[in-house]
Order: sequence, then structure tokens, then C-alpha cells
Amino acid sequence: MPNTVPITVNVNGRSHSANVEPRTLLVHFLRETLNLTGTKIGCDTSQCGACVVRMNGVTVKACTAFAVQVDGADITTIEGVAQDGNLSAVQEAFWNNHGLQCGYCTAGMIMSVTEIIERNPNPSAEEVRAGLEGNMCRCTGYNNIVKAALAAAAARQGG
Amino acid sequence: MTTRIFGSGIRRREDPRLITGQASYTDDIKLTGMVHAAILRSPHAHARINSINTDAARGSAGVLAVYTGSDIEGVLNPIPCAWAIPDSDLKAVAYPAIASDVVRYVGDAVAVVVAENRYQAEDALELIDVDYSPLPAIINPEDALGDGVPQLHEDAPNNQAFHWVAAGGDTDAAFADAAVTVSETIRQQKLIPNPMETRSAIASWAQAMGELTLWNTTQNPHIARFVTCLVTGVGEHKIRVIAPEVGGGFGAKIAVYPWEMITAFCSMQLGVPVKWTETRTENYIATTHGRDHVEYVEMAANADGKVTAVRSVVYAGMGAYLSTAAPGIPTILHGLMYSGPYDIANIKADVYGVFTNSTPVEAYRGAGRPEATFLLERLMDKVGDAVGIDSVEVRRRNLIEPFDNNRDVAIGITYDSGNYSNALDQLLGHIGYDQFRHDQEHEREHGTLRGVGVACYCEICGLGPSQVAGAVGFGGGLWESATVRIYATGKVNVFIGTSPHGQGEETTFAQIVADEIGVDVDDVEVIHGDTDITPMGWGTYGSRTTVVGGAAVALTMRKLRDKAKVIAAHLLEADEADIEYADGQFFVRGAPDRAQSIQDVALQANVAWNLPEGIEPGMEASTYYDPPNFSYPFGAHAAIVSIDPDNGHITLDRYVAVDDCGPQINPMVVEGQVHGGVVQGAGQALWEGAVYDDNGQLLTGSMMDYAIPRAHLVPDIEVHSTVTPSPHNPLGVKGIGETGTIASTAAIYSAVMDALKPLGVESIDMPLTPERVWRAIQATGYTGNGHGHSHGHDHDHGHGHGH
Repeated sequence: MPNTVPITVNVNGRSHSANVEPRTLLVHFLRETLNLTGTKIGCDTSQCGACVVRMNGVTVKACTAFAVQVDGADITTIEGVAQDGNLSAVQEAFWNNHGLQCGYCTAGMIMSVTEIIERNPNPSAEEVRAGLEGNMCRCTGYNNIVKAALAAAAARQGG
Repeated sequence: MTTRIFGSGIRRREDPRLITGQASYTDDIKLTGMVHAAILRSPHAHARINSINTDAARGSAGVLAVYTGSDIEGVLNPIPCAWAIPDSDLKAVAYPAIASDVVRYVGDAVAVVVAENRYQAEDALELIDVDYSPLPAIINPEDALGDGVPQLHEDAPNNQAFHWVAAGGDTDAAFADAAVTVSETIRQQKLIPNPMETRSAIASWAQAMGELTLWNTTQNPHIARFVTCLVTGVGEHKIRVIAPEVGGGFGAKIAVYPWEMITAFCSMQLGVPVKWTETRTENYIATTHGRDHVEYVEMAANADGKVTAVRSVVYAGMGAYLSTAAPGIPTILHGLMYSGPYDIANIKADVYGVFTNSTPVEAYRGAGRPEATFLLERLMDKVGDAVGIDSVEVRRRNLIEPFDNNRDVAIGITYDSGNYSNALDQLLGHIGYDQFRHDQEHEREHGTLRGVGVACYCEICGLGPSQVAGAVGFGGGLWESATVRIYATGKVNVFIGTSPHGQGEETTFAQIVADEIGVDVDDVEVIHGDTDITPMGWGTYGSRTTVVGGAAVALTMRKLRDKAKVIAAHLLEADEADIEYADGQFFVRGAPDRAQSIQDVALQANVAWNLPEGIEPGMEASTYYDPPNFSYPFGAHAAIVSIDPDNGHITLDRYVAVDDCGPQINPMVVEGQVHGGVVQGAGQALWEGAVYDDNGQLLTGSMMDYAIPRAHLVPDIEVHSTVTPSPHNPLGVKGIGETGTIASTAAIYSAVMDALKPLGVESIDMPLTPERVWRAIQATGYTGNGHGHSHGHDHDHGHGHGH
């Protein structure tokens, strides 16, 4: 048996304890161990952003963190974004503005956009685009993702 | 008056699962007892395999099996190519799923490990010892055609995969008589498609039943079933292919790959479900690429800019083997489109398909038409320069006159409908072309490098009549089918043969249904991507899903409406001839208050207590729709760029698209297709390219090295449309999935050349990276001082634009 390390991590408000190999990537831990497959793997070089989750409120690429590094942390994945069946403003805006096509980059995009507008509640289109530098989409040309981000920011301001 | 649901930009019905993480893509699926495969790939572009030692790998933790080429011999048949273009001397070379004697590209499979988990499978790959004798490799398709270079296949002398010629008119005579001729050498660089979801498959063999289930991230599950049957020998009726959520395709998920056949083989050997998912780095060498042409193209014209002829010699790289649809792309989908939107009397396309030691080439968004559009637009610009007429005016003088039903072009195909000059006029208005030219004159005096590029296009899509498919060697039909069931509760299931993977047909097809039969769009659910559940279809590619599959849905609804009318007449005790239909209601003419709704009729049809004589129970119908012609969407796009002469950096300031796909079912979805297509084409013009070294190593082997467009590099895309219905299908629609890519590479390239015109730069290979642009500028003798100075002073006038 390979060496394993015990970790306890709070994911989407629920505590999980597991023994993981030190080399296990966070994204594999989420997908394979916790069966939270909403977080996607789009590359292996930390470029695409499909695996973005939030760790203690900060976005991280789950392919670039080891599971052992999140011991004791609070993680939010796409499955934890909607509360009590209510979509977040960002999810709603992606839906309303056709901010997704195949949907594969969408989890990471929603996590990143959520952080962008939390940090900067009234961003310009340029600021949104700069903030999404680490998230790739091959379907939308980013047009409607930016539109969705601006709409989500406006909705948060309004609400 | 109700708002028509057809034409309404409603939000997509597939989105809730995608924005909440509830969608299941192939790699998200877990089966009981499932194990994991990883494939060992050749590190050499060309080598002889002397021996393979798998002993250590077999003993590695968790490993269940290791297979090599000798294990599949006689068990897995070679991977077939499905597009044998006729009269081309095509060499259908052997394409084994696992190489056993020679590897022909970096990425060729040499062994597969199956282990309890993926980490273990990848650990074991490193323990396999392969003894290779490297052989020289050849990468450039033009260089590869000949006998003095490394040869890939014994039965394809000179590496020639095929030679195909199409011609109309007398091109030689037209060139001999021409007032001006222009020529260009175009490198359509090799591109890596990069759907965000890499390829993945799960095979589950039920030995007792002899049944194989294959979850496969594919654009065409029914074709995958057919080819799986040919390769594995399992009966087609015993194979179920499921395309779950599919994370983009762009052509790269058309092919039936060796990899899922290997996965099926492993499951059949071991009797347990096996999953294989490629890494992105693996995707770069193992999943098909696009384009890869070397083209010598020429155009002949009169002194007034009227084009009389176009011809080409094209060397189209096929990679190491012929992928499923590869031969049809530089030929049928490229050479036959040399008229574009223009009236050109003499056309000749001369295309060599060439084997190279690189990843096989397949369809990539636009597939052949971006290349055809690019060469036409490039040559139009050059004709403009040669005759001293603005290149947009040259285009206008050559556009085919408006027509609404069939127009033959010299190469021998018939366009459906078009109003090309209208699209161009609209575009010029939106971009402010005349004003731009006026401003540009002033800017150029101050050394500012800003340019505009316009591309007109007409493309062939909506593939296509099956009879034509057969005539051009496509190994299948190109019809589509739909089955629609209206239940007793009035809810509707639509089962379609096409297989959308991001294009939104779960919404747009529901809109067709709602429009045709008056049910609420939320009462319609569209089912696709499972060969055991959905009727036969040939897949989602070539912008054919709505044009062909949508037509099948519409015609099915009309059958059901006809049946409903008969039942409604019976229920209303009226003559069928007196029954009218409007907005989901059937009523006796003049008496709409006593109506039977479609839901009323569906209930009666399903319970069948009181049906008219001769009417079968149930409310279900199917249509097998074979289109009478292809569809030919068209449009005109424009790009405005500015270039920093000191570092060659290009900024895409504006992009305006005018497209005509006929009536739009959902304008929001149409716009989304254009946005994405434009940016993908911008990628080819400005950033993307698969770079190999002389040994055939892919230098752009990961997302760190291959430059996919990112959000901060592109502007908002301005999308407009004109509406010219196609006379050939019941909805009048044309494809829109590829038009953005077809036009944008040409428009952006033209804009860059326009910006560089004052410096005398004539040609730069794509992608137009800052380094290449800077080198081209330097080669003109440009001195940064003089220009840079005035540039700096005039910042407000020039460089600041668009930022």
C-alpha cells in the first residue's frame, strides 16, 4: 500500500475525512474520492482554469494543489454555489446571457467571475477580461461570458 | 397575437445542469468495477520497434494487464477511413490501433496498461521498455511528396495519399488571356482543435450477452457504432454508443479513434468496464489536428478587376494515417468552394493528400472552407493592388448577383440562395468603411499602422444529399431522422439522430416543435446521443444539425399535426376539410371557441377510446429527411487592427460580422455561434499553430506553448445578420456553426496586411505573431526612430484608437 496521509476538509459546507496519497491532486480528490465531478480537468499545465475552485474564499486551480494542502480548509466547488436550490447571481447571469455553450469551462468560469465581482463590484469589460486570463473557453469567444459577468455585477449592485 | 417562439432568443434549456455542475461528461461517469487504461505513445515521429518488454509493468501495483500490438492482431481490425474520394488513387493504408512494427508519429500507440486506478496505470507506463530504431521523419506536406524523402507506408509511394483535381471552364486559357495575374504561397498552418474536454471513453463488455456499451465523447455516436462494429467484429445491433455531455468538438470528435477501440478491446479481454481519458498533453499528439496545407494559388483578372480564373496546387498534410473523414476535407469541402460568393468562370483545384510523420489531420471548424475563403480573399486583395482599385470594390464587382433559387457555379455545384452584395453593404455601413479609409489616410501620414480587412464568403454546409455523399465517396448517408412522441399528458419527447455538443439544439429543436404544434417550449424535451434510444443519424458536423436534423423535426411535427387534425375533426364531428389549425388549437372554420387543443387530441390518441376509423393509436411519428441540396450560408466580415511597429504587436480593435443563415430559430444561439467561430478563426490568424522540429517533435505540445485565444486578447464581436431563406429545406435555414471561423481568419489577415501596406510588407505566414510581424517590418528597412517619433506625438490620433 502506498503511504497515505489523513486529511479533513470542508467541502461545500460538509466535512470529509480521508486518507490520501501525498501525490493526489485536489482535483482528483474532489472528482474521484468525493464524486464531485462538476469541477473539470481541461489541461495538465495549469492553463485552462476548468478546475478552478475556491479555497478559503480564494480561487485556486484544483489541478495545481495537492489534496494534502487543503487539510483543514474550506473548499467551494460549483456544486456548492447555488444555495437551497437558488442559483447565484453569476449562475443566473451565465444562463440569461448565453455565457456557455458546451459547458465544460463553465464551472471554472463561474468560480472565477464570482471572485472577480466580489473583489471589484463594478468592473469594466476590460477588467473582467483581464481577470479571466487564466480561464479558457473555446466555444463562446468570451463575448457572452464577459456580458454575463457584467450583468452579474449589476445584479449584485442592484440587489 | 402571440409572439412566435421560432425566432425568439430564449435562454437555453440545457443550461441549468451545466451551470450547477450536474452534467455528466464521459470522464464524470463511474461504473461498478471500472478500471483504468493508459496508453503508451511513441516518443519518436518515425521508428522501427525492435522489441517491447512489459514484464516490469505487468508486475507493477494494481496492474491487471498490459497489451501491445501483437495482442490485438487478428482481434481488432485496422481503423477504417470513411471518405474514399473517387478518381483520386486514394491509398487506404493500414491503420492499426496499436503499432507493432513501425511507429509513424509522436503519439502512435505502442502499448496499453490497464490498472485499478489511473495513477497506477500511468506509473506502469513508465516501466515499459521499448527498443526503437529511430528513422528519419518528414513533416512538411509539400516536402513529403516525393521519393527522396522518408517514406511512411509501403503501399503509398511518394507518401501520396491521393491526388484529386476538380475544374470548370478553361483555366489555362483564362490565365493566358488575363490582363493581370496574381499569385500567393499560403501556409495554412497545422492547428490543434482544443475542445475544452479532452477525449475520453468507457467500454463495458457484457460477455454473456455479447453486448458492448461504449460511452464516447463523440460528435457522431451512430457512426462510432458502425465503425466499432467494423473494428471489433461485434454486431452493430449489439453495440450501444452513448455520447453523454460532450465538451466541444470542433471536428476533433468526428473521427473514430484507435483509443476507444483499444478501450473496448481491454474491456472485452478483462470482462470489466474500462475507462480511458487522455491528458491535455496527450490530446495534443493523439487527437486529430486541422488544416496543414501548403498552397500555391493564382488568380487572373481583367484590368477592371473582374476575376476570370482561380487555380491552385495544394499539398494537404494528412498526418501519418487517414483519419475517418480526412480525405474529403481539402477536396470536396475545399476545392469545390473556389467560387466562394463570386462569379468566376474558370476554376481549377489540384490537391495532393500527403502522408507526414505527424498527428492525423481531420475536420477542424470550417474544414476546408476557411482555407478556400482565405485564398480567395487573399487573391482579391492582390488583384485590387494589381489593378489599382480598392479591394472592397474589387469584391463587389465580382459578387454573384442576388438569386433566390439555385445558381450554378463553374466548379459544378449549385448554390441555394444568396444576396451577397447586401451583406457587404450592410457590413460597410456597420464598420464605417469610407470614414475609416478617410481617417486612415490621415493616420498614415503620422506613421500609425491601422488597417481594415474585409472578407466575403459563401460556404457549403448542411451536409448533404446522401446521393451526393455516395458520389463523392463518403462512406455513409447524410440524411437525418427524428422521432417525436406526444404523450397523453401533452408533453413531448423528441428523439434525434444528430448529436449536439454545445450548439443548443435541446433548445432550438424544442422551439421548432413548439412553433409547429403550439405546445409550450417547456413541455418539450429533446433526447440525443444514445444509439439505443435515438433513431439513426449521421452526426453533428459540417453545420448540418439544424439544417438537416431540424428539418426532420419540423416535418415530423407536420405529420403529427395532420394526424391530429383528423382526430380533431372526428372529435368535433366535423369534416376534416373544415378544420383549421392555429396556435395549438384545432377548430371548425369560423368557430374557434369550440376547439380541441393538441393536448386534447394527444390524450385521445394515446388512450384510443374513440378514434376515427383507420387511425392508429398513439401520437408518434418519425421522419427520415434527406436534403435535396447542401445549404450555402454567406456573409461579409470586417476586422480593424492596429500594429505597434516597434514590437510587431497586433491589437484587434474591432470585429464586425454580417452573416446570413436564413431565418434564425434563436438569435441568441446564432450570435453565440458567430462569436465563438470568429475568435477561433482569429486564433489561426494571430496566435495558433502546431510547430514541429525537424525530427517531428511537437514543440507546441501543451497549452503553455500553443496560444489559444484568451479573453483579454479579443474585443466584443459585433454581430449582424441578413435573412435570405434557403429554398431547399422546410425551415429555410442554413448552417451557422462554422461561418465565423470561415470568414475571420481571412478578414483579420487582410486587415493586418492593410495596416502594413505603407511599409511595403507583402506577405507573412500565419500565425501573425509579434515576432513575425516585427521581422517583416524590420525587413522593409523601417527605422523605428522616424516613425516611432511621430507615432509618439500623435498618440491621440492613432495608437490610442480602440484601446
